[in-house]
Amino acid sequence: MAQSLVKEFTKGLWTELPPFRLVLGLCPVLAVTKSVENGIGMGIATTFVLVFSNLLVSLLRKIIPPKVRIACFIVIIATFVTIVELVMQAYAYQLFLKLGIFIPLIVVNCVVLGRSEAFASKNGPALSIADGLGIGIGFTLSLSALGAVREFLGNGTLTIWEGLPVISMGPGFIPFKFMLEAPGAFVGLGLMLFVMNLIPSKS
Amino acid sequence: MSDLFVLAVSCIFINNILLAQFLGQCPFLGTSKKMETAVGMSMAVVFVLVMAGIITWIVDVYLLKALDVEYLRTVSFILVIASLVQFVEMFLKKSIPALYAGLGIFLPLITTNCAVMGVCLINIKEEYTFLEAVIASFAYAIGFGLALILFAGVRERVDLGRVPKPLQDTSIGLVTAGIIALTFMSFKGMV
Repeated sequence: MAQSLVKEFTKGLWTELPPFRLVLGLCPVLAVTKSVENGIGMGIATTFVLVFSNLLVSLLRKIIPPKVRIACFIVIIATFVTIVELVMQAYAYQLFLKLGIFIPLIVVNCVVLGRSEAFASKNGPALSIADGLGIGIGFTLSLSALGAVREFLGNGTLTIWEGLPVISMGPGFIPFKFMLEAPGAFVGLGLMLFVMNLIPSKS
Repeated sequence: MSDLFVLAVSCIFINNILLAQFLGQCPFLGTSKKMETAVGMSMAVVFVLVMAGIITWIVDVYLLKALDVEYLRTVSFILVIASLVQFVEMFLKKSIPALYAGLGIFLPLITTNCAVMGVCLINIKEEYTFLEAVIASFAYAIGFGLALILFAGVRERVDLGRVPKPLQDTSIGLVTAGIIALTFMSFKGMV
């Protein structure tokens, strides 16, 4: 049991790492990764929704009729997204403003619905939590990595979290503004995917 | 009148839903390998997006705001969109089976197409009037179709070339999308 828990957890970090191994949920990946901070915030919000929607779907999997399961999953996910929205408005308002409509849009993130459909609806609650947590942390790491590349090249700084010291390239650095614009997001993600493909996957 | 025109142009080109706002990336990369599916997807999105824009605007103003339950926005919008998609699916299955088969999995996936949900939320966030919301939804959908079809055309050509193995498929697709986004950026000074 413990072994399979670890297995479900770690697969999200490498073999099924979203969005690189599973090419899903690209919208927030491209849109919010102008800085590491945004990436981490978005990642944590998505992880919360993933873990709790996986848990609830898994607990209700024998009650939900198969024909209307997608609608049920979406309502469950939407409930947790609303909770995240309200909590962020109360405790992290600046971040909430920066992430904008991408917080309510977690509802339509294919990664979240994909995990409910492909994993939680077929497995027990403990395994589903491990799966949600693994995929969520993998997603957070991917977002922060792309955020780091874009922020570092585009602005010459690295802001991990509000209040923490900012790592800076110094005054001699000429920022490559292209990386902060829309095309930079596409090209940056495409090239990171290329680097990931150079490393062979275990499976 | 000219305000509405400016709104439409800015929604199609400057704030293009795919290339500037990054909404609806899954169908953008998923259905763009063949021109045929790209056209079908664009048509489905135009239809669903306009309908969803109109219905969610009415729901928001006359139901959520009137009853002061705006925190239910996310849940109610997604329910409206999900049932609309179900309806379109049944309609296409009966009347245009060829298109239904061509769209395959991507039609039910419009439910989780963030372009649809995203535009509905933008309409509310920008506090558009009813007419503006209709124009904006339609223009965003046209922008979606334009970018998707352009991208599919380029991608079909790229597939003919010899692409190094690690760069194939999504990776080169994203870089191509980046270059198209770069051309769309030049519309920025237009309005």
